[in-house]
Amino acid sequence: MKVVVDYDKCDSNAVCVGIAPELFEVRDDNFLYILQENPPEELRAKLEQAVRMCPTHAISIEDD
Amino acid sequence: MANLTRCVVVGASLAGLRAVEALRRAGYDGAITMVGAEAHLPYDRPPLSKEILAGKWEPERAGLRESGSYAELDVDLRLGLEATALDPGARELQLDGGGRLPFDGLIIATGARPRMLPNTPDLAGIYTLRTLDDCRALRGEFEAGPRVVVVGAGFIGAEVAATARGRGLDVTLLEALPVPLARALGEEMGEACADLHREHGVDLRCGVSVAGFDGAGRVERVRLADGATVAADVVVVGIGVTPNTSWLESSGLPLRDGVVCDATCAVAPGIYAAGDVARWDNPLFGEEMRVEHWTNAVEQGAAAAENLLAGPEGARPFAPVPFFWSDQYDTKIQYVGSSRADDEVRVVHGSVRENRFVAIYGRNGRIMAALTFNWPRLLLDYRRLIGERASWDDALAHAAEVG
Repeated sequence: MKVVVDYDKCDSNAVCVGIAPELFEVRDDNFLYILQENPPEELRAKLEQAVRMCPTHAISIEDD
Repeated sequence: MANLTRCVVVGASLAGLRAVEALRRAGYDGAITMVGAEAHLPYDRPPLSKEILAGKWEPERAGLRESGSYAELDVDLRLGLEATALDPGARELQLDGGGRLPFDGLIIATGARPRMLPNTPDLAGIYTLRTLDDCRALRGEFEAGPRVVVVGAGFIGAEVAATARGRGLDVTLLEALPVPLARALGEEMGEACADLHREHGVDLRCGVSVAGFDGAGRVERVRLADGATVAADVVVVGIGVTPNTSWLESSGLPLRDGVVCDATCAVAPGIYAAGDVARWDNPLFGEEMRVEHWTNAVEQGAAAAENLLAGPEGARPFAPVPFFWSDQYDTKIQYVGSSRADDEVRVVHGSVRENRFVAIYGRNGRIMAALTFNWPRLLLDYRRLIGERASWDDALAHAAEVG
């Protein structure tokens, strides 16, 4: 499973960081960073929630 | 678990769609019907005042799901059709045109509609902005390079003003209060929002009220109560919304600026509400609220669906920290919590002058809300503290520690 962020859409609202701090971080430059591009399966539920909750629909999951 | 076979969602909205998705995610395999007054598939409203109005996105991009993906949800979509009444005893909806729709589980997600100024004459060029159709029409007007007057400097009015300025249009922004957003954010922070407009060339006039509109067939001027007039080719009125509950008036359900729910979003047995239309008891704040934000529609839509399936014994209170964002000019404004005009406000990071800051709001020794300009990273710290019911002193100590 791969985390994909469309940076043309990402608006750094940081909702994903609140849901899955293991996967996402917003730094002081106001940009979103992905901490684990290929997260373990146990983080799937959190990642799916982050996908649903992203206000700009910028996050998606690519399955191998 | 409630034993349901016929769920109906009224409102083909963000909250309504998230409710449908949550029903399926939770394994519900009975029938779902979604009734929507607009002819469109569910779409997202935030871009209507931003990217789409700016001409950067095509309107189709607002769709919340690919049209082909509704089959996966196995939902019977009834679009362009209004629910006109509800009989909770008979477990039945009445639809425009006389149709009836029985249900055993119901989610009310009918949203809200823009308020209009009283006695607005029937002149072309006067708009509200709520729907995709409103947005398309207004965007068409913007292409002709009009002089724009925006009535109301709340978040919709502010975003329309910012987008219009971004397109190089002349904008006058009229606000009835002495300071915009003073009731939601307090005077000092409302002033920070006012500065953004002024710095970007908007003619912001506060403490003025609109007396009427002049024009022959099409609006030409806005008349103010003090006798002044403002030339206008297009007027956008953004003075708040009214929850869509008139169809529920004969239902006997409790209505008070919204449909009144308990802490689990239940209105009556098997009937739940979500989104802009729902007024519920948020146990985190110990107060009733009705929240018009995007994130709330997403979370409450899902929570209402999960609670409907769980039944009264299994239902969980819905206790979110409200969150919204607004993009105006190059400033990202974000807010978490629930503040009032008379809360104590303190800037704890950055400064208003630099247009980058975090302000926190306190009441009765507790942190209630936080507002950030261009500082998304720190917002989450305060969101967590608000969710933990942290004290004002702990919030200040945290701020000192982060520096």
